[in-house]
Amino acid sequence: MNSKNWPLFEVFIRSKNGLSHKHVGSLHAADPSMALENARDVYCRRNEGVSIWVVPSDSITASDPGDAEELYEPAKDKIYRHPTFYTIPDEIGHM
Amino acid sequence: MEQDDLQRLFDSKIEQEIRIEPKDWMPEAYRKTNLRQISQHAHSEIVGMLPEANWITRAPSLRRKVALLAKVQDEAGHGLYLYSAAETLGTSRDEMMDDLNSGKAKYSSIFNYPTLNWADIGAIGWLVDGAAITNQVALCRTSYGPYARAMVRICKEESFHQRQGYEIMMSMAFGTPEQKQMAQDALNRWWWPALMMFGPNDSESVHSQQSLDWKIKRVSNDDLRQEFVDKSIPQVEYLGLTLPDAELKWNEERGHYDFGPIDWEEFYRVVSGNGPCNKERLEARNKAHNDGAWVREAALAFAEKRQINVA
Repeated sequence: MNSKNWPLFEVFIRSKNGLSHKHVGSLHAADPSMALENARDVYCRRNEGVSIWVVPSDSITASDPGDAEELYEPAKDKIYRHPTFYTIPDEIGHM
Repeated sequence: MEQDDLQRLFDSKIEQEIRIEPKDWMPEAYRKTNLRQISQHAHSEIVGMLPEANWITRAPSLRRKVALLAKVQDEAGHGLYLYSAAETLGTSRDEMMDDLNSGKAKYSSIFNYPTLNWADIGAIGWLVDGAAITNQVALCRTSYGPYARAMVRICKEESFHQRQGYEIMMSMAFGTPEQKQMAQDALNRWWWPALMMFGPNDSESVHSQQSLDWKIKRVSNDDLRQEFVDKSIPQVEYLGLTLPDAELKWNEERGHYDFGPIDWEEFYRVVSGNGPCNKERLEARNKAHNDGAWVREAALAFAEKRQINVA
């Protein structure tokens, strides 16, 4: 008997045109087309989407939470990247 | 990072209501507790389909049938969301299925009671889903991210489950005297098991305090049970039915209803495998799993064949 697991897929759904696809969860399927069909049944029973992406979970490379410091810390001291860093007179209105 | 630093970082996230995500460091006991709770929750959704599926083909109208079908399909979906969440903690779907089918894993003992007639479908939707919603709304703020997200999705869908159940109870309670009697009988049988769904009293609950400290659990068993009792009473009164509890009365001082003691012996008897339907439920699960084996294998063989054709 074949005891091999069906592979895992991550599911992304666009809830309506104009919005990006958003991760909603994962599911098992034998292949991508079955993953799409299952995603429809599992994640779209109430008009939740207009478009589905399925991606084999093992194709995703994720960052390590332990690397948070080197990845995100450098951005924190670059406050000059934000508009509030610059002083503009009230008289000129919104800018 | 050193073990102590990791623990401190974890503790401060819990303290600050920052969700724990799959790749974050977490204490082994936290991982195990979540895994046990989420997989048991998933199993409950899956086994929970059985008592209701029993009445799909005998639903009294098309309206009731489509509603029940949709509800049972939702329960399957809820089981799948939860299995996915549990898998992020490092177990496989197959292991969980094996634990359920072998009887090693537990599921909510409420599903070991039989559905004797149509009124039971009303009582389940109203009371069993009602109790589950009370519990699940609190779990939307649980500290493990994937579990919390599954709960939010599930809570959005559950509301219709309870309403369709209450609608069934209304049409029976306001129907013929025989129908009203059936509704009362179903209420009598499901009320106490529904109260047991919240688990042992806080004073007896082994894992409760640690789970509350880790914010896996957000509200204690007894507090959730009280909330459910208080919410249910006006609903019972509206139906013109009575609860099978002579000690039930409003307590002005507490601002809550007092209710009689729960028969915990019955609870532990059912949990340990000796409820009315434990054996039947496991047999049905195993049969479904074994009968479906060739489908799972064929789908995989077909996928592999297509892969070869493409390459």
